[in-house]
Amino acid sequence: MIAALVLSWPMLQLTEFTPWVIFEPSSLKYTTRFLAGFFPPKTDSEFLAMLLRETWRTVAIATSGIALAFVLAVPLALISVRVLSISGLTGRMNALPAVVRFTARAVMIVLRSIPELIWALVFVRVVGLGPTAGVLAIALTYGGMLGKVYAEILESGDNHATKALLQNGAGRLQSFFYGLLPQNAAELTSYTVYRWECAIRSSAVLGFVGAGGIGQQMEVSMKMFNGSEVSAMLIVFMALVWLADYVSAWLRRALA
Amino acid sequence: MRVDLNDCSARHPASKIDAAPAVRRLSLSVAEGEQVAVIGPSGSGKTTLLHLIACALRPSEGVLKLNGVDPWTLSTRELQLRRGELFLASQVPPLPPRQRVITSVLAGRLPHESVMASLKSLFYPTGIAVAEQALGQFDLSDKLFERVDRLSGGERQRVALARALVSKASLFLIDEPLSALDPTRAEEAIAALVTAASERGATFVCTLHQVATALKHFPRIIGLRDGVMAFDLAASAVTPEILRALYANKLDELTGAAPEPEELPASTAAPSPAVMHCR
Repeated sequence: MIAALVLSWPMLQLTEFTPWVIFEPSSLKYTTRFLAGFFPPKTDSEFLAMLLRETWRTVAIATSGIALAFVLAVPLALISVRVLSISGLTGRMNALPAVVRFTARAVMIVLRSIPELIWALVFVRVVGLGPTAGVLAIALTYGGMLGKVYAEILESGDNHATKALLQNGAGRLQSFFYGLLPQNAAELTSYTVYRWECAIRSSAVLGFVGAGGIGQQMEVSMKMFNGSEVSAMLIVFMALVWLADYVSAWLRRALA
Repeated sequence: MRVDLNDCSARHPASKIDAAPAVRRLSLSVAEGEQVAVIGPSGSGKTTLLHLIACALRPSEGVLKLNGVDPWTLSTRELQLRRGELFLASQVPPLPPRQRVITSVLAGRLPHESVMASLKSLFYPTGIAVAEQALGQFDLSDKLFERVDRLSGGERQRVALARALVSKASLFLIDEPLSALDPTRAEEAIAALVTAASERGATFVCTLHQVATALKHFPRIIGLRDGVMAFDLAASAVTPEILRALYANKLDELTGAAPEPEELPASTAAPSPAVMHCR
């Protein structure tokens, strides 16, 4: 405990950690003015209709992003999984299959490492402002993420059934559908539903760089220091996250 | 399928380099359509022998020939085709828990089906009659659409054996088919397997702990001890003295219940747990 404090002191100095600045009179003035605008939240019907439309758009961006990510992740995961190796059944894999598997893995790692915010910035410049950029950014990042974790789930499960099918001459894809998939389906769906929920929160953040949905509206309102609009949007966003969390938990229980 | 083993040795994939091989300098010839039972105390290398014949384990010494061809000289694709012509059943039934019995049984047809046909069969099983007939031999046709994890251990073992009947294999390699079955079911199961093998002229090599059953149903008995062949005799020539010599120091296995399933140890790399990433 003491060692942690001692070690963090130079780091705090380096990052100019000065939280007491918040309480200086000049910053307090702006802070109180901004926060005062939060109450009451704006509730006229036109604004609320727009808000609900944007919320629905956020959910749609997340869902289409995850759907595209799924299409990207499944072939990559299947290619990279070692338990489907036929040459690997009796010892070390042959060279070519090993290289192919490594490449698929590398592609997924690259896709996953670049944060979706950066992809969104790039796509906003390429395809313009709006939901398309958000969908593509989520598709690429989450494709890598889903693929990597699908591969890990498939490899960490019990592979006795799959091995038995491969040993008796079944093809790789057949062994996947008759052995690997039924063995791990619960864990795979659970993770996918969890990632869909993460994608909803992601797409709100992506809206800040122009990728559409509730995030974009929040950025516009914040720029205009319109506290009442921002607070209304924050409340709706928190409700959305809570609802997505609830639906995701229910779906995961139902599919388990 | 004709099987010829010439001076073969094999070791478990996860054993140390200097450890004794599980099967040592074994020579064996099984003609097409012949039925052989392999008996011996636990640790004698019976499972390793089956895996060796099934091309699931590479021999460290010696030559294996299936129908006169060494499968290890073939390309991976051709070797996989050869594997499609045999059927290896392990002691532990390889059935995914949430799968339906009919899908598990029809998985025996996979080597001879195209990928599209097997995918279609997942949604609407196309071989219901075939599966029902196979399960009927083991008195399980009423469990056609049950989930595997709702079955008892003995029923699961019989479902795994029914898979053999559905496959078009010309070589059956069955490891301890009766370990979880009571005497009546065991008789039924072994009779069904023997009948199916002789009907299609398939070679049948079966490891058994139930010596009495082996002597009753199989014309040729091979005894293994410590990885070496102790005897290779006709069933009528196997005397109680020979059996006692085979099971010396392990006589409880000769008369008692079958010991725990001896699986080939899995590869040395332990499966790593799936990491859930939060961002």
